[in-house]
Amino acid sequence: MAAPLPTARTNPFDPPEELRADDRGIRRFTLPDGSLGWLITSHPLAKSVLADSGFSSKMELRKQVVARGETRDKETGKPPVDGMFIAMDPPEHTRFRRQLTGQFTVRRMNQLQPRIQQIVDEHLEAMAASGPPADLVAAFALPVPSLVICELLGVPYADRADFQRNSATALRLGVSDEEALAAVQSLAGFLAGLIERKRREPTDDLLSGLIENGELTDRELIGVSMVLLVAGHETTANMLSLGTLALLRHPEQADALRASETSVDVAVEELLRYLSVIQFGTTRVATYETELGGEGIAVGDQVLLSIPAANRDSGQFAEPDQLNLAGQTQGHLAFGHGVHQCLGQQLARIEMRIGYTTLLRRFPTLRLAVPVADIPLRTDMTIYGVHELPVSW
Amino acid sequence: MIKADTNVCIGAGMCALTAPEVFDQSEDDGTVILLTDSPTAEQLAIVEEAVNLCPSGALSLG
Ligand code: HEM
Ligand code: SF4
Repeated sequence: MAAPLPTARTNPFDPPEELRADDRGIRRFTLPDGSLGWLITSHPLAKSVLADSGFSSKMELRKQVVARGETRDKETGKPPVDGMFIAMDPPEHTRFRRQLTGQFTVRRMNQLQPRIQQIVDEHLEAMAASGPPADLVAAFALPVPSLVICELLGVPYADRADFQRNSATALRLGVSDEEALAAVQSLAGFLAGLIERKRREPTDDLLSGLIENGELTDRELIGVSMVLLVAGHETTANMLSLGTLALLRHPEQADALRASETSVDVAVEELLRYLSVIQFGTTRVATYETELGGEGIAVGDQVLLSIPAANRDSGQFAEPDQLNLAGQTQGHLAFGHGVHQCLGQQLARIEMRIGYTTLLRRFPTLRLAVPVADIPLRTDMTIYGVHELPVSW
Repeated sequence: MIKADTNVCIGAGMCALTAPEVFDQSEDDGTVILLTDSPTAEQLAIVEEAVNLCPSGALSLG
């Protein structure tokens, strides 16, 4: 009997030992419903599946790889709202992605830099004024990307408590179907109201722009804005807090970054590789019969591409378990690969570059306020990180 | 010669990030724009890297 996907960790940075890539790079694992899936740990195999249009992202075909609340329609398997393009295949997926890519170009994201710097500065000043100590997650890592994505999309930041709580519920393991569905529906209701208001009174933001383009229906816009809002704050928030913990545990490398002796661009790519916060992702479903790493894959087989495993594959990275912020990390899969590769990656990069460097410089004596063993790890969440990060200075 | 297939491109911007002197992105749909199709000898290595990093397979060197 193959084991289920491991979730327990022995330290904050390393993926579960059972996920380590072996020579074959593919093995069986047991899904929550008792059926068998394929777990891919090899970097080149994972990359080739993600680039292969014969492997589907469709929500109707995908099974859960860890036990979470089920929000899909029991009969059709379809998502609870339209427009969830992260779970579509081309050409359907292409129609949505095309509407959005122009908004997320490298140039567009660079233009946001001064405003992001301002948001980071304001939050760090507020943290300095009210501490030490402080919880870095609540004071900095969660609010900064939340405010950035709210401003970009045109979502009122005053409503953050609700959407942060609802998206956390939807992304937590072990919640009931009812609870998860209620959270998604509450989020959908909130976004539907917002879209309706913007249709009447357009504002200068991404959501109003999408409404004006007229290509997407209001129902589709609910799913699109939900994907953007949830993906846009949870992921970056966890990279900021877990990345800070990694910096605090590697003080010499943090000092070099603080003093600009090493490049922050390089450091961000290495942190993305080393931390791989999309800890259970991502999954594809075979739509044709094929072979992967010597194993026969049948139509309908669930294939889990483990990003943490692929990013620690010693066949790809020389010293995969070492954090080396000065080395050039090439080709990590932290943002995925293929047509679904992260839409928000250039935004996330800018938030991390500004976030880490400004934090290190504003607080030259930043340190943990509790023993590292007391920091609550997000092994119970779809997106890995820390629930809290008590710091002092 | 660099070739870019804008029908395949998903606008992820890896090319423009890696080799900004060779690749740009359209303001409308974010797809790749070639600033030149014949990279200089010095640009070749970085262009090869961009081709390699492109997640959609839209870029090729021929
Ligand atoms: C460090 C932070 C982030 C990480 C590690 C990350 C990771 C990922 C990964 C691995 C995927 C691919 C999923 C798959 O192939 O099934 C993805 C897709 C996506 N991400 Fe991110 N992401 C981050 C930040 C963001 C931000 C800031 C945004 C929003 C502005 C965003 C929006 C999206 C969207 C919309 C998709 C779906 C793209 C598609 O299906 O075409 N992400 N992300
Ligand atoms: S890297 Fe590839 S997919 Fe991304 S913008 Fe450039 S050509 Fe398009």
